Amino acid sequence: MLTLQFLPYSEIEHLNSSKRIKRLLSIVKEEKIVLLEGRLKKQEETELIKRTMEEISNGFRGIELSVIYPENKEDALFTKIKKGLISALLGDRQGFTIIGPATIIKEIKQAPNKIQLLTEEQGAPAKRPTRRNGKRAAKKAAGQAG
Amino acid sequence: MQLFRKFIQKVFGNLFKKKKHVRLGLYGPPNGGKTTLANRICQDWLGEEMGTVSNIAHETREIQIKEQINIKSKGKELTFNLVDTPGIATKIDYEDFLKHGMKEKDAKVRAKEATKGVIDAIKWLDEMDTVIIVLDATKDPYSQVNITIVGNLQARDIPVLIVANKMDLKKADIKRVQEAFPQYDVIGISAKNGQNMDQFYEGLFTVAG
Repeated sequence: MLTLQFLPYSEIEHLNSSKRIKRLLSIVKEEKIVLLEGRLKKQEETELIKRTMEEISNGFRGIELSVIYPENKEDALFTKIKKGLISALLGDRQGFTIIGPATIIKEIKQAPNKIQLLTEEQGAPAKRPTRRNGKRAAKKAAGQAG
Repeated sequence: MQLFRKFIQKVFGNLFKKKKHVRLGLYGPPNGGKTTLANRICQDWLGEEMGTVSNIAHETREIQIKEQINIKSKGKELTFNLVDTPGIATKIDYEDFLKHGMKEKDAKVRAKEATKGVIDAIKWLDEMDTVIIVLDATKDPYSQVNITIVGNLQARDIPVLIVANKMDLKKADIKRVQEAFPQYDVIGISAKNGQNMDQFYEGLFTVAG
């Protein structure tokens, strides 16, 4: 079962960069997909990748990350400056950021205004089952088939 | 204030910086051909290779530096230290290496080293004067890793040249890369075959020279 957790920007705006990333990663490590309102700062995105790498272990293989951002290339200079100022003061609440565990999300295909989430096949996340779990899963599958 | 500081740094930095000793970084996702391009550059100008290449991702897991590469084109000259970095990824699974016939123990070591490599590559971003982003032209350019790298370099005011590599392959599509990064020059090459390297060096002079 896929769990999608919506995170309004207001829930992270009072946090510093380090705590924001910690918060996001803690949700992802619970095997949930985070749908964050807005986006992280550019440096925070790289910090997120860095921290993800630091935390990779047998149970955590990393993340899939995608940002969908409504960028209007035809915006007048004044509009761009205005948007930039608002983002600098209040944080960037435009668009969405999707972060999910790599064990659940196989790939995120991103086109400018579209995101396709390709998930691992059902049953596939139990890639590396313990011997006990493996047997249980096999029994369950056999029962279902029968 | 930050803008003012950047302006001062740029004006005075340019006055006193030895522009000819550029630190040139090769960045991009794993298996884009960064080391193949590094080898091509080193072969062209030094007559020797820089690192080993492989079809298995994360072959380069440590920062590699080749110092004092001097290139010449149309009366211009540029000396730089070439920094080949490990591919930046958001996930690393040792089981992916097993598919290539690697032993479990070796795959786990490779995965561990690869995670460290990504961290080092990110840490080194600040040290670069110019960056070449090497993308596999047969793959989807809209990956968030690519966008994040480009965005970070833009925020740091570091000049960028985007290379669409593997143009010798049928599936290669330079237009998609150009559409994904319209604000940058994109040069299509085949680092493996040396295709279009003259245009690449010209592009390099434009951004770093």
